Amino acid sequence: MNASAPNPYGVSVQVRGLRKSFDGQEVLKGIDLEVLPGEIFVIMGPSGSGKSVLLKHIIGLDPPDDGEILINGESIQTPEIASKYRLALVFQSGALLNSLTVGENVGLYLTEHRLKSPEEISKIVSEKLEAVGLKDVADKMPNELSGGMKKRVAIARALVIEPQLILYDEPTSELDPLSAVVIGEEILKLKNEIHVTSIVVSHDRELAFGVADRIAVINEGRIVIIGTPDKMKKTSDPLVQRFLNADFKREPQTKSL
Amino acid sequence: MFENIGEIVLLFWRTLLALPLAWRQRQKVFEQFFEIGNASLLMVCILSFFIGGVLALQTGPLLTEKSLGSYLGGIVGYSICRELAPIMMSILIAGRIGSAMAAEIGSMRVYQEIDALRTMNINPIHYLVLPRLVAMAFALPMLVIVAILVGWFGGAVVAEGNNHIGLSFQAFYFSLRQFVESKDVANGIFKTFCFALIIAVVSCHQGLMTIGGPRGIGRSVTKAVVNSIVLIVIFDYVLTRVLMLFNK
Repeated sequence: MNASAPNPYGVSVQVRGLRKSFDGQEVLKGIDLEVLPGEIFVIMGPSGSGKSVLLKHIIGLDPPDDGEILINGESIQTPEIASKYRLALVFQSGALLNSLTVGENVGLYLTEHRLKSPEEISKIVSEKLEAVGLKDVADKMPNELSGGMKKRVAIARALVIEPQLILYDEPTSELDPLSAVVIGEEILKLKNEIHVTSIVVSHDRELAFGVADRIAVINEGRIVIIGTPDKMKKTSDPLVQRFLNADFKREPQTKSL
Repeated sequence: MFENIGEIVLLFWRTLLALPLAWRQRQKVFEQFFEIGNASLLMVCILSFFIGGVLALQTGPLLTEKSLGSYLGGIVGYSICRELAPIMMSILIAGRIGSAMAAEIGSMRVYQEIDALRTMNINPIHYLVLPRLVAMAFALPMLVIVAILVGWFGGAVVAEGNNHIGLSFQAFYFSLRQFVESKDVANGIFKTFCFALIIAVVSCHQGLMTIGGPRGIGRSVTKAVVNSIVLIVIFDYVLTRVLMLFNK
């Protein structure tokens, strides 16, 4: 990987006939989708529908049982892909290394690949932390941060890579609405400023309709529908409608005394 | 354990291939080295002092009774450097450090930190296994050298202090010099070096294979310690037998 290379455009992602089983249970049952360069593509669906597993396949952490994932037309399973394209995943938990400080976490990619001097790394770390709205946290340990701060640090760590494709796994889960809006704005800013391709897995309808160019709904390992947010709102598919419009139904209170 | 032996050998081989990168990871190697030495030095000294002492206590009176008291230094010295210090210290380090390695790497696996490394194109073998293996390969033999010296000292103290033995320091030392050669010490150090590799690779392998939550980490720690000890004991016999051929 070469972090110093310019990143004019994001990469395209194609998923073809992706199947995956764990212990005989098929989790992904033939997923087909295409994400365009520079697009924000949101994948929604109920818990256990296979969203996070799909994300892990797209970045190459898990090998598929069948089917393929192509980054700019090249299989993610080819060994050279990691050195050719800069891909990043923001984990649901942040997945910060607990033995390192926040600053060391953010600069880890540059340090391990020896891409910059320690002074330059320190400067870049400060810049990226500031870009996600965090100051004076570089010397703290991850366990001293709140859930929202950890997620923002994870985004800063991904930004250091100057990614062409950035994947977010439930970026707003466990966050208060204000922090969720900040994360959403970050995702949009990255698209507008560095034209990165973004794939966001989320339950959060506000986030999905706020940032997505297109949305896919996945259920029981299959894509139910793919379309723009407007198309989603207008679809008559009962499962999609139920998922998008689910809300509490509270019985009107009656006088009991 | 034996169903994973292929994976363990493969992990060892991949780590060996990464050895040229060890200098780049020197800071982590030093950290691990300090961790192993600092955490275990006192325990090693206490354990080896009493191992030497009890060995003298068990054999000394019998040898003295048979008028063979002058052999005590040789018997204690030989047993400690060739067998007791290497195997006892390796078992101690498997319990103290091997378990910590498996727990740390296992927890990194469970909490997706290793996945995060992979997404950054950082090889977990280079980042996690290599520094631990190199540090262990240096630290454990050094601890065993300390253990041998302290064990001899423990034996000498008991030999002189016990009324049923009454062998002076000088006589103990003379006997030790008479029977123990430098190749005997080298023999013990070489075995320890092999045990260090076993502990590091088995513990890191268990950590990397961890699945599930805290219970999975606990299971990995137990397996790392038990498997390391079993392999140490098996390899102890094999290595002793092989080294006997060279020592003829």
